[in-house]
Amino acid sequence: MGELKRIIYNCHQATFLIDKRMEGKITFRERIELRIHLIQCDVCKLYIKQSEKINEMIKSLLKTPAGVEIRLDDTFKDELQVKIDTQLNKN
Amino acid sequence: MIIPPTDHQLDPKNWVKAYADYLYMYAITRINDEEQAQDLVQETFLAGLNAMSRFAGKSNERTWLTAILKNKIIDVYRKRSSGLKTQELTNAEGEVTDFFDEADGHWNKQDAPQHFGLDDYDPLQGKEFNHILKKCMEKLPALWLAVFTMKHLDDEPTDTVCADLKISASNYWVIIHRAKLNLRACLQKNWM
Repeated sequence: MGELKRIIYNCHQATFLIDKRMEGKITFRERIELRIHLIQCDVCKLYIKQSEKINEMIKSLLKTPAGVEIRLDDTFKDELQVKIDTQLNKN
Repeated sequence: MIIPPTDHQLDPKNWVKAYADYLYMYAITRINDEEQAQDLVQETFLAGLNAMSRFAGKSNERTWLTAILKNKIIDVYRKRSSGLKTQELTNAEGEVTDFFDEADGHWNKQDAPQHFGLDDYDPLQGKEFNHILKKCMEKLPALWLAVFTMKHLDDEPTDTVCADLKISASNYWVIIHRAKLNLRACLQKNWM
């Protein structure tokens, strides 16, 4: 009971479980405890929404290249080609 | 079902022309450093040349070269976060503890989530807040950023992230949580 009481009033632990749950990895007991916490905690309910939103934003930021096409410098490519050719001729 | 045997060939003379841009792009989105990304592309090709005899023809050239590059990127992640691991976590501990009351774990009043632009923002529609997010992400320790990149860009399962970055599962969850708390706070503070 002591432990249960702790999570019921503990936003630190609750937000930890919220982030863990987003990948579906919390135990049944943790799930129940979190649910009880959320019944009376609107701030953590808001945290869930914002945390999910942040995941979406990160995904879209990382997966969208910076607008312009990123290409490797041509001089660097030429030099690289020379290095590869040299290496190939050695063998 | 029988999968027909494939016999892919290597053609290193054409690697630069065919894959240099692709591999560079792959590297830069994951390590965010132009010079280092260039170096990795070069190292990948040279490592590829040395490993040609071990190419089994089961994957195509691009996949094979990308796998070599991926390992090199993970090395960069490890190097960036090595030695700092404990230090960073301790630093962050300080920051995270600030979000909550140490005694009862309640949100500190000034750190508690509030409604702001994020709540009705559609990340797939508008991109205008990406620069704030980017700035906020740059403040995170290298190891945390590596975890996020592997998780969100490559959709790697937790086990893989932990094994590659040499962190324990419990450490992984702590990092995810702390990174989230810091990012959320940073967004709330800077979002107009």
